[in-house]
Amino acid sequence: MELLLRINGAERRFAPPLTVAGLVGALGVEGKRIAIERNGEIVPRSRYGEVELADGDRLEVVVAVGGG
Amino acid sequence: MDDRLVIAGKAYGSRLLVGTGKYRDFEETRLAIEASGAEIVTVAIRRVNIGQNAGEPSLLEALPPSRYTILPNTAGCYTAEDAVRTLRLARELLDGHSLVKLEVLGDTETLFPNMPETLAAARTLVAEGFQVMVYCSDDPILARQLEEIGCVAVMPLASLIGSGMGILNPWNLQIIRDRAKVPVLVDAGIGTASDAAVAMELGCDGVLMNTAIAKARDPVRMGRAMKLAVEAGREAWLAGRMERKPYRASASSPTEGLIGRTAWPG
Repeated sequence: MELLLRINGAERRFAPPLTVAGLVGALGVEGKRIAIERNGEIVPRSRYGEVELADGDRLEVVVAVGGG
Repeated sequence: MDDRLVIAGKAYGSRLLVGTGKYRDFEETRLAIEASGAEIVTVAIRRVNIGQNAGEPSLLEALPPSRYTILPNTAGCYTAEDAVRTLRLARELLDGHSLVKLEVLGDTETLFPNMPETLAAARTLVAEGFQVMVYCSDDPILARQLEEIGCVAVMPLASLIGSGMGILNPWNLQIIRDRAKVPVLVDAGIGTASDAAVAMELGCDGVLMNTAIAKARDPVRMGRAMKLAVEAGREAWLAGRMERKPYRASASSPTEGLIGRTAWPG
């Protein structure tokens, strides 16, 4: 059984179980100032370790960039 | 004299707010913003480039939130829903920071604001505890409605975003300014220093700009020029300009004591 996630609009496969903290590590964005939305809801940073991802989850992972 | 810009209960020494886009690199961004004296800097929220960012420097390293008030914006959003989602993410990204810049665009060519969506987003955001500074059209009635919803500042455009066309309708800005109880900042359209000075001379509380500095030939120097222009315009507004007398000159030099005339009395 694989975990199919849609991250920033692109599908990616992972091996379960996977928490948000695990995903952050897998994406190589650990330690960066990011924010994550899961299925339209914010995942607070304090909960990355406990929130387990489910097959079909839609995630948005964002940063601050230059803009006006 | 204490003349600080107060937004949502917090006082700022600079009335110039700047964007962080369109610079060559983060170093140029940092230097130009430093020269501008801006304390509030606006940033966009975008998807992280997965797999392309190991060790890449980040904007917030060049502009640390410990030094600047970071104002996340919703640039590029075309619906209230996208704008609200973006700012919820921004609040999480910035550790609960609630001062935000709302903009909901209505057209990809003119980047004119979609005001019905802007009003809807503002209502949701205010209800969720955000302190909303809002980019808007220069319609005094819509500006008033945004204020009534609870926005902490209204920011009408001077002209189209990134156009550098300056202040096209000073009269509308004046009406908005005269009636608003929250700060009015001119956002978008500033091209050069005199535009910023005019905005301040109209009595606006501040100016927000990006391209005018970032796309100047020398952005650092233009950052400083804008700082001086905003200060000069503000001082002129506070000083109160002289009366306009379109049809009548008034000599600055004494009208008596000119040579070659008969002395009087004598």
